[in-house]
Amino acid sequence: MTAAERAPRASLFRFAAPQTFYPLAGRLAPWFAAAALVLTLAGMWLGFFVAPTDATQGEVYRVIFIHVPAAWMSMFIYLVMAFWSAVGLVMNTRLSFVMSQALAPTGAMFCFVALWTGALWGRPTWGAYWVWDARLTSQLLLLFLYLGFIALTRAIEDPRRADRAGAMIALVGAVNVPIIYFSVKWWNTLHQGASVSLTKAPSMASTMLAGMLVMAFAAWAYTLAVTLWRVRPMILERERHTEWVGAVLEAEGARAGGGR
Amino acid sequence: MLNTFVAVLRRDLLLAWRGRADVLVTLAFFVIVVCLFPFGVGAEPNQLRAIAPGVLWVAVLLSCLLSMHRLFAQDHADGTLEQLLLSSEPAVVWVGAKVLAFWLSTGLPVVVVAPGLALLLDLEQGALPVLVVSLLLGTPILALLGAVGAALTLGVRGGGMLLALLVLPLFVPVLIFGAGAVEAELSGTGAVAHLLLLGGGCAGALALAPWACAASLRISME
Repeated sequence: MTAAERAPRASLFRFAAPQTFYPLAGRLAPWFAAAALVLTLAGMWLGFFVAPTDATQGEVYRVIFIHVPAAWMSMFIYLVMAFWSAVGLVMNTRLSFVMSQALAPTGAMFCFVALWTGALWGRPTWGAYWVWDARLTSQLLLLFLYLGFIALTRAIEDPRRADRAGAMIALVGAVNVPIIYFSVKWWNTLHQGASVSLTKAPSMASTMLAGMLVMAFAAWAYTLAVTLWRVRPMILERERHTEWVGAVLEAEGARAGGGR
Repeated sequence: MLNTFVAVLRRDLLLAWRGRADVLVTLAFFVIVVCLFPFGVGAEPNQLRAIAPGVLWVAVLLSCLLSMHRLFAQDHADGTLEQLLLSSEPAVVWVGAKVLAFWLSTGLPVVVVAPGLALLLDLEQGALPVLVVSLLLGTPILALLGAVGAALTLGVRGGGMLLALLVLPLFVPVLIFGAGAVEAELSGTGAVAHLLLLGGGCAGALALAPWACAASLRISME
């Protein structure tokens, strides 16, 4: 018995158990949330008050402080999602599936934010809310991939099947993402010339870059906080038949009762 | 192994032949979708000629999608699928046979009808062979990718719509290169590059999709 208790403790995989991850997530989430708040305020301040006005685009360019981190994050989250899906399918760890499902809504949200802010930026800059540019189009398709993943995992009642089916489609999507990206890019260059380019002026003021990076870190911290918070009730729901969940719920009920 | 493949292929083709009406419905859907476009965008021949490759390819995507959920649904309902999964034969083999039978009974008729519809839209006759070749290379990819989606959404409520949401984004590259091949031929740049890419995609899908589909069926049936 002692050996069985000690073995997972010594291993890196200790927190792969929902029972140990649940309190850890609860402890970490507020810190990431605080970091996200501080970084967002700092990034916004840098972006809106410190960074100089762009020579060619004027004030409109300031949308990049939200747009670029959101776009980065939306792509990165899909990779992380696919990674957890692969880990789940290969190693049969329940928590990996929970992680990938908790990440998906945030990824979809960032995808939408990137598209929306891009549209708001495009109107004054290009004169159109939407152009069928390769990057815009592949971002839109990424949003569809997220929505498909979320819809599939929500539509299947049995959590075990939902986990695996979602992981499968996440992996199929991850294989297809580069194919989609390059095909869209090629399609775009075939159809319309480089009339519109997303590439910014090569020289970027260092405060602009700093603001963008700080906002990117804020997006990371936000994602971690929200995901950890989303994971907790999902763990409780799935492990509701176990003793430790009963103990946790009892303790929380007692705390809520005592506070009143 | 080859015996399994041939047996499942023959069985599915026989079933498709007995249920010919389903195939005809798919074809009718394909024809009607294409015929709706002139009503929507106007019967101006130049305009129709310009949009013809895209319209034909989108109609092919939609009619493939429409019949896709049938791929495993019947076998799922009568328990055949469960027996097949329990059998000692490798799942990839009979999954491949089923997808091939599905393509022969649904994809191939659409490819055969497409040139006729292309004439309705006044597509240049010189581009017809390229259209047919692009469809011959592209529709197997649709069937293979769609099979993975169909396996994952097996017996799920709202399965048809869900299937569309899952696989349509994955179909985009096929659409781009398929319609692009015809347009490249029309513009005189030559369709070889597009067709080679489609062929590469077809080979890749052929190598990977049956495995993904077999794994998905196991996930859905356990």
